[in-house]
Amino acid sequence: MITKRIIPCLDIKNGRVVKGTNFQGLSDVSDPVALAARYSESGADELVFYDITASFEGRRLFTDILTKVASEIFIPLTVGGGINTVEDFDRVLKCGADKVSVNSGAIKNPLLIRDAARKYGNQCVVLSADIKRVDGAFRVFAKGGREDTGMEAIEWIRQGVALGAGEVVVNSIDTDGVKQGFDIELLEAVCDAVNVPVIASGGAGTVGHFVDLFKTIPDIDAALAASVFHFGTIRIPDLKRELRGNDIIVR
Amino acid sequence: MIAIIDYGVGNLFSLRSSFKKIGAEVTVTSDPAVIEAADKLILPGVGAFADAARKLRDSGLDAVIKAQAARGKPIMGICLGMQLLFERSFEYGEHQGLGLLKGSVVPMEGVIPANLKIPHIGWNALHFRRDSRLFRNIRENDCVYFVHSYYAADCEDSVIATAEYGAELTAAVESGNIMGCQFHPEKSGEVGLNILRAFCEDE
Repeated sequence: MITKRIIPCLDIKNGRVVKGTNFQGLSDVSDPVALAARYSESGADELVFYDITASFEGRRLFTDILTKVASEIFIPLTVGGGINTVEDFDRVLKCGADKVSVNSGAIKNPLLIRDAARKYGNQCVVLSADIKRVDGAFRVFAKGGREDTGMEAIEWIRQGVALGAGEVVVNSIDTDGVKQGFDIELLEAVCDAVNVPVIASGGAGTVGHFVDLFKTIPDIDAALAASVFHFGTIRIPDLKRELRGNDIIVR
Repeated sequence: MIAIIDYGVGNLFSLRSSFKKIGAEVTVTSDPAVIEAADKLILPGVGAFADAARKLRDSGLDAVIKAQAARGKPIMGICLGMQLLFERSFEYGEHQGLGLLKGSVVPMEGVIPANLKIPHIGWNALHFRRDSRLFRNIRENDCVYFVHSYYAADCEDSVIATAEYGAELTAAVESGNIMGCQFHPEKSGEVGLNILRAFCEDE
């Protein structure tokens, strides 16, 4: 049977890995190529690279890094950040990405999902959504979680999957960086709404949080986290051993 | 030398990188002369069967591959490239494949339980059905990375490994010099590289 995936996420700015708390106060963590290799060797099932640079120079550095990582590391690589057009898909796929995640670019132009899925296949298009509770409703936020779009989150994800997104990353702004566990309520709502793989993001602080996630929501396919892995709070081999001990199937 | 056959389908960056990583001499080519001179061939592919089969035909590479197969040259198809080795596919209609292996490519929809997601995407364990040169460096239950919605059926002659996903799906095939992996060895970590190493090694 298919295994549950553990996915470290590397936010890249100006060629370095960074991770903030609640998307603010970024701090430099490590060299992306070295970190990616370490994760791959320790049993990461996939890697996500988010380009959070805005400058042209930063973007060039990012594609250089991606090419280096893809030449050395042979597990699936997903790239996100600054993906606004089908040409952006082309740019990162040529550097060795396997999947491309869209967020603000798809909010601006939802047909980006359809056009990219037609060209590269649904399996290549990942819809990533930053979601926060506003007045008791799940709302989609754009621009790295800074801007309330006013859109209802579950409906947006349903629409994205209908347009051709083959996978969904659900990032809860409410739980991100707080390390009190994944946003079970939000993730359950998403799993009920769509029939493509759902990746949980935001809130992992302990190994137990991962166990709770997969035990509580058997439909969740993968868990994504950054700082707990970057800072060594959780080692992936330990995490996998614990999951296995709880009858959760992992690689 | 290993030749990765480039017929305009998909991105060959990772595949080429993975052969370089294991120290194999590798080239990506659509040149029949280079394909004829190569020791072993890789037939890659992602996307739709009909489109890929048409590109192979239009480029004339289908005849080149069949001729090399008939000479006994080792050929490994990967993902859609493996599916193209079979007689036919029922992906959106009925389409002819290369016919180097007996069997058909069919949708998993309707075969696997409705609660399982399609495509079959992620890491899944290999269950060996027969000994194969491809498995000399790996073990039963090692996981490899799959992304597919169709699978090879009626291929008892060639199936060497399956993966369990609500049904026993064909994961790898071998018949004489013709081999194939439904999964992506170039995305399957050390296990995948070990399968490519086995393909590169002499028998």
